Amino acid sequence: MKTFLPAVRILLALTFLTGIVYPLLITGIARELFPRQAGGSLLASHGRIVGSALLAEKFSSNKYFWPRPSAGDDGTNYVAVPSSASNFGPTSSNLVATAQSRLTAFKMANGLESNAPVPAEMVLASGSGLDPDISPEAARLQINRVAAARNFSQEQTQVLSNLVNREIEPPQFGFLGEPRVNVLLLNLALDSIK
Amino acid sequence: MKSLDWIQLAFYFGALLAFTPLLGGWMARIYAGEKHFLQRPLGWLENVVYRYAGCDPRQEMDWWHYCKALLWFNGIGFAIVLGLQMLQSKLPFNPQSMPNLSWSLALNTAVSFVTNTDWQNYSGEAAMSYLTQMLGLTVQNFLSAATGMGVLMAMARGLSCKSGHTVGNFWADTVRSTLYILLPLSLVLSVVLVAQGVVQTFTPYAVAISPEGHSQQIPLGPAASQIAIAQLGTNGGGFFGVNSAHPFENPTPLTNFLEMLSILLLPSALVNTYGRLVGSTRQGWAVLAAMYLLFIAGLALALWAEYQPNPLMPGLANMEGKETRIGITDSVLWATATTDASNGSVNCMHDSLSPLAGMVAMGNMMLGEVVFGGVGSGLYGMLMYVLLAVFMAGLMVGRSPEYLGKRVEKAEVICAMAATLVPFAVLLILAATAVTTSAGLSGLNNAGPHGLSEILYAYASMSNNNGSAFAGLNGNNTFYNLTGAFAMMVGRFAVIIPALAIAGSMAPKRIAPPSSGTFPTDGLLFVLMLAGVVIIISGLTHFPALTLGPIIEHLLMQQGRMF
Repeated sequence: MKTFLPAVRILLALTFLTGIVYPLLITGIARELFPRQAGGSLLASHGRIVGSALLAEKFSSNKYFWPRPSAGDDGTNYVAVPSSASNFGPTSSNLVATAQSRLTAFKMANGLESNAPVPAEMVLASGSGLDPDISPEAARLQINRVAAARNFSQEQTQVLSNLVNREIEPPQFGFLGEPRVNVLLLNLALDSIK
Repeated sequence: MKSLDWIQLAFYFGALLAFTPLLGGWMARIYAGEKHFLQRPLGWLENVVYRYAGCDPRQEMDWWHYCKALLWFNGIGFAIVLGLQMLQSKLPFNPQSMPNLSWSLALNTAVSFVTNTDWQNYSGEAAMSYLTQMLGLTVQNFLSAATGMGVLMAMARGLSCKSGHTVGNFWADTVRSTLYILLPLSLVLSVVLVAQGVVQTFTPYAVAISPEGHSQQIPLGPAASQIAIAQLGTNGGGFFGVNSAHPFENPTPLTNFLEMLSILLLPSALVNTYGRLVGSTRQGWAVLAAMYLLFIAGLALALWAEYQPNPLMPGLANMEGKETRIGITDSVLWATATTDASNGSVNCMHDSLSPLAGMVAMGNMMLGEVVFGGVGSGLYGMLMYVLLAVFMAGLMVGRSPEYLGKRVEKAEVICAMAATLVPFAVLLILAATAVTTSAGLSGLNNAGPHGLSEILYAYASMSNNNGSAFAGLNGNNTFYNLTGAFAMMVGRFAVIIPALAIAGSMAPKRIAPPSSGTFPTDGLLFVLMLAGVVIIISGLTHFPALTLGPIIEHLLMQQGRMF
């Protein structure tokens, strides 16, 4: 008892500080200073939520740029509750077969030569199943397909290709991470090309 | 690797090494009871806690008393986390109406968070209410870390005090660790995380309709506050199922850098603190040098392996399970750091790493989580190897071994051996059980040697309190929940109790001045000896199992075999 009671009380006191005061304090600060980020970086268009700037959604139409494949693909969209990865190992025959068929499909859809290199992220699923980004190269490879599906003129295609360049996010502060293009943001901007 | 990758590595190591003495010195002041700048704003709060609990922070405890306090504190904490999970459907802050968890999953998770493991057989966004996450899991993220720091301080006192019988006051150590170190650092980190896009809200999940017209449910919750302490306290439990690969947990390269830094920040700085507390910073740097040596060796092998092409998928970089914004180098750096520290958060799927990079992650844990290891726990685990190293050196030259001027005798060596080998035995026995029972094999996601790796990884992770996974393995069944809970308990308390016992038995010993027969424990020879002892003891134990898992998978992959 001499140890039990202090144990209970120290635990309760520290639970109050770390489990109630601390998360509520951070939530309060977040709401005041960074309400958009704290709420999931949601994007609205025409008054409804179209997605989060940080989470990938599935695009399968030729009129849009495609994101990375996802282990959470339920056929219509990428499932975010729960997030999921394939967790296939490097010698998994499942992984090799899936990658092969995605590779063929990507080349065919984008009119690439059979021996043309394709960025790995367009063929291999991400860790979160919700990776919002692709490499600039992977975006450029899709420009002709999107332009053709939208019957773009040559000028419009030039505008599109400028748009892709504008949407490239360089490494943060010039040295952190990889250059990338956010597919959902690119597609929302794409819809505004006249 | 591009030049940008090298620059990032340089920045990472530079920042880590710069913070080590800064934070290390500051923590030493806190534990030594000296003045520090947080005393003015927070000192009153510390006293309020003691007064409410009715305990005197100056009352010294002997090792057994310290141990009892720790076990009660952890035991009651366990009961609260267990209760929250099994009652959450009836409790507030549950906007998604999450049902109660099954008893075996709740048990596994409660043990997991109390032991600083954070092995997760669930996906947070699909299983836990906001209340369970913040009042159960976040709290234990703080307290299990503080517990580890306390044990380390007790050991430092036992090894360095001039013949006493006490090792400190558990309540004071716990409250100070939480209030002055963990809370302030978490506060700063979580605000930066939110600014970059980590979610922090109590509103229900949002629903979006994509431009193509399909709906997507968007999970939310008080994530930033939990992730900050999960990284700083070497817990590593994700708010979301895919952990820090999730864009809501780790949205930008900056958050990736800061979280990765937080993983090793305290474990590295605490070694410096230890050196200062035992009266010689050189002693700290020597142990730290052995840690950095093993860290860099593992990192080099893992980076090399991950940049090799997979002969089964020619022309494709190893991007399965990795995020575009993070890339390969930072994924491998994180994987190495998180398994060296007993953190266990991941920013890529370790199951999809190349065989040898996966082996580095697994091997780091199999060293016993002593290369940095958990906050506190890593160093008291490493001190076991230190005692074994001076003991072996003593055997080689035929002198009675001593450490920091105190003689190392039979009792200490037995404790150190037990603390080192018992978790290893549990790992191998449980893994062997899993591969020979249908219950164990039913959880596999991969065939061939990679399947064995999934099981080996699981028990290496749990019995060394890491918490990362080859996550294809489905661990949410009674078999894995219960064997895992057992492994995590043993991995934690079968090291803590011997560590405190060693502190207790070393405390009364007199400090003899160094003589010509003393083996100096602050020189290069000792650094190499220590690293060697770690590799030999762990290597002899685990190498046979590794040959059947990742090593043979690597060789078969080179021949183009798949499963």
